[in-house]
Amino acid sequence: MEGLKQELKEKIIEQLNLEDIAVAEIQDNDSLFGDGLGLDSIDALELIVMLDKDYGIKLTDPKEGKKIFQSIEIMANYISEHRTK
Amino acid sequence: MSHCYINSLACVSAQHTSDNTQFLDEVVVYEKNILHAIPPNYKAYITPSASRRMAKGVKMGVVASSIALKEASIDSPDAIITGTGMGCLIDSEKFLSAIIDNNEEFLTPTSFIQSTHNTVGAQVALGLKCKAYNFTYVHAAVSFESCLVDAKLMLNENDASNVLVGGIDELGEYTTKLHELIHHVKNEEVNTSKLLDSKTRGSVFGEGAAFFLLSGERCTNTYAQLKDVAIVHDLSIGSLQDRVHNFLNENKLSVNDIDAVILGNNGDVDFDDYYKELQTTIFSDTQQICYKHLCGEFNTASSFGFWVASKILKNQQVPDVLKTNTKDVKMYKNILLYNQYRGKNHSFILVSIC
Amino acid sequence: MNRGVAITGMGIISSIGNTVEENYNSLVQGKHGISRVSAVKTRHRDTIKVGEIPFSNDALVRQLNLPESNNYTRTALLGVIAAKQAVIAANIADKIDRRTGLISATSVGGMDKTEQYFYEYLTDKKNQKYIEGHHAGDSAQRIAEQLGITEFVTTISTACSSSANAIMLGARLIKAGKLDRVVVGGSDCLSKFTINGFNSLMILSDTDCAPFDENRKGLNLGEAAAFLVLESDEMVALNDKKILAYVSGYGNTNDAFHQTASSENGDGATLAMQKALQVSGLRPEEIDYINAHGTATANNDLSESKAIRRVFANAIPDLSSTKAFTGHTLAAAAAIEAVYSVLALRHDVIFPNLNFKTPIEETGIIPVATVTAKKIRHVLSNSFGFGGNCSTLIFSKN
Repeated sequence: MEGLKQELKEKIIEQLNLEDIAVAEIQDNDSLFGDGLGLDSIDALELIVMLDKDYGIKLTDPKEGKKIFQSIEIMANYISEHRTK
Repeated sequence: MSHCYINSLACVSAQHTSDNTQFLDEVVVYEKNILHAIPPNYKAYITPSASRRMAKGVKMGVVASSIALKEASIDSPDAIITGTGMGCLIDSEKFLSAIIDNNEEFLTPTSFIQSTHNTVGAQVALGLKCKAYNFTYVHAAVSFESCLVDAKLMLNENDASNVLVGGIDELGEYTTKLHELIHHVKNEEVNTSKLLDSKTRGSVFGEGAAFFLLSGERCTNTYAQLKDVAIVHDLSIGSLQDRVHNFLNENKLSVNDIDAVILGNNGDVDFDDYYKELQTTIFSDTQQICYKHLCGEFNTASSFGFWVASKILKNQQVPDVLKTNTKDVKMYKNILLYNQYRGKNHSFILVSIC
Repeated sequence: MNRGVAITGMGIISSIGNTVEENYNSLVQGKHGISRVSAVKTRHRDTIKVGEIPFSNDALVRQLNLPESNNYTRTALLGVIAAKQAVIAANIADKIDRRTGLISATSVGGMDKTEQYFYEYLTDKKNQKYIEGHHAGDSAQRIAEQLGITEFVTTISTACSSSANAIMLGARLIKAGKLDRVVVGGSDCLSKFTINGFNSLMILSDTDCAPFDENRKGLNLGEAAAFLVLESDEMVALNDKKILAYVSGYGNTNDAFHQTASSENGDGATLAMQKALQVSGLRPEEIDYINAHGTATANNDLSESKAIRRVFANAIPDLSSTKAFTGHTLAAAAAIEAVYSVLALRHDVIFPNLNFKTPIEETGIIPVATVTAKKIRHVLSNSFGFGGNCSTLIFSKN
């Protein structure tokens, strides 16, 4: 699980082009959207694509993403449970 | 009839132009057929969270607009009008290649969103939380001139006191390659100081962003006045002189009243004849100025020309690198700009001293 | 009330008809043009629905009598067809002069060709002729050439509000005496680029779209072109022209909230409608029909509804979105809906908002769901695009 969380942090930084943020700065339970990392709805769509491409998880409703992407911890748990890749 | 004062300006280009205290003091000569813009310090103007999605054109536009607004001491303009011939090429290329390479799978929306032509205008508005009128013109070589027509109209309608206008175009690597294939870009590298004497097809492509704050009221910083602008889609070389006379007559001027003419020669042997038609006849005795050997050719390059005109009228001085002949000019009062691209989309702009 | 600028001719081609008359008949018969993708080669063909024009490019080329060597994009072909219709309808085909302008609008531009030959261009000389047609101004240039318009020609691209802005600029230029006549409108064709773009935003519906419905699932893309001819009062009087309607109000604002989503309470939309009313001199209660933007996305329909409530309070006029007929035709949307607004005025009819069952819970707005006869003097038409670009036009009866 730790490996997955680390991987997710790296992917998020790369995918969303967060040039000024280091992996170490993202805590597992930090809020990713809103006040935390400040991601927005476009980032959510980017993460939905990442979920499909890298982990084989297809979300059909963007609203589902809101729950899953709350934090690295929650994302990692969801991915471990549902991944097909 | 309202006045239209050029109260501030800002320019990002392949030359050192983003510092308003300079006027081509240092000139860069390239041995290339593609001229990339010299990047300003983007971080000083754009937060990382905003800039992470921005391609070059958007960044250049946001910086240039910030500088222009600051210089004019305007927090939020009454209208934002931008022009771009090719739009956000980098993101267009990115999204399109992704579609083809991935067979329409796993596509992320960012580059699609950023590829829409009005992204620069939208980002500027977003940054300022400016809810005002916001148009983007995308008509090849008159994209910038269309902004000027609109801005002038708006000031006359008394619908605005301060209008931010800008021309932006960015180079897309693949698109440039395609334009090389069809000889719109020269296939050989060129020493830009000799571009205007070139005998080959195509030009040297560039990129940049130039923004201006146009206002019905002058201020201490005012550079010049935009007196008139005309867009002519189709014009033969044979009709060009008449058309110039018409344009000037409509402004109660004649060729003799023009102290300098700024022309869009771009070294394309097939189309520079338009400019030569004027250079060798009605303006043979006028100070002639060219600029595309400095900034390259792009659909909104005439915004660089407009920047040059504004600086000349304020500084009352023309850097030698711009001159293609030498005339003794006591005072620059009226400057005519003429531009076209590949024989279409001609434009005439009259800028005068305040 | 300010009378506005006269509309003397219209032309249109869409998935519900190739002429103004055909479009009108489809609208009053409730015949929509939404189907599975046919011509565009996309992997999404079975999961989305679109408003496609059932003519191949070859058929359009034949219709226009163009030589085989032509390099017209589909956007240009559609645009020329619609613009020619408008000019003929306005009876100005032989009167085009230096004071006749053209203002077009597009978002796709020549992308339909570019996406077909993108990599092949490097090795296949035959299709390189399309490279110079990629840029957004190209289709306007073709229209100008075909119509003989030689002076003021320009193109606007502000996403889905583009052709509203073209109409707006045209009206302003006529009012200011800069032009005597102007052909205004827009054209966009279906493309893999836009299909995939909207798909990546997850706002495409896999069924026929249902504007203003609580259970709406997203939009259907469409393709179309429409143009109107606007003329000055002098031209109208000089040539004893028949006036179809007037462009009596217009407003453009920016939501300045987010690049693709509208602000929750539709700030930009509210301001645009208020501005248009102000220009027209009309009071909100004088609007008889709103042709809404109504794309059937979760975001637009809610925020547009809220904006309408803010402007019209409890006296919301009859409204409908015609996008369930044609799909969302992007930059052409405002132009085709301008044609529909004029038709509504001329025939005193409100076109139905198809596929509506349940009002949006939060706003309770109920669009007109069936063809309805009603005396209509003023129509308000909304078009909102990415980048927060919000435009409203008001059309008034002659």
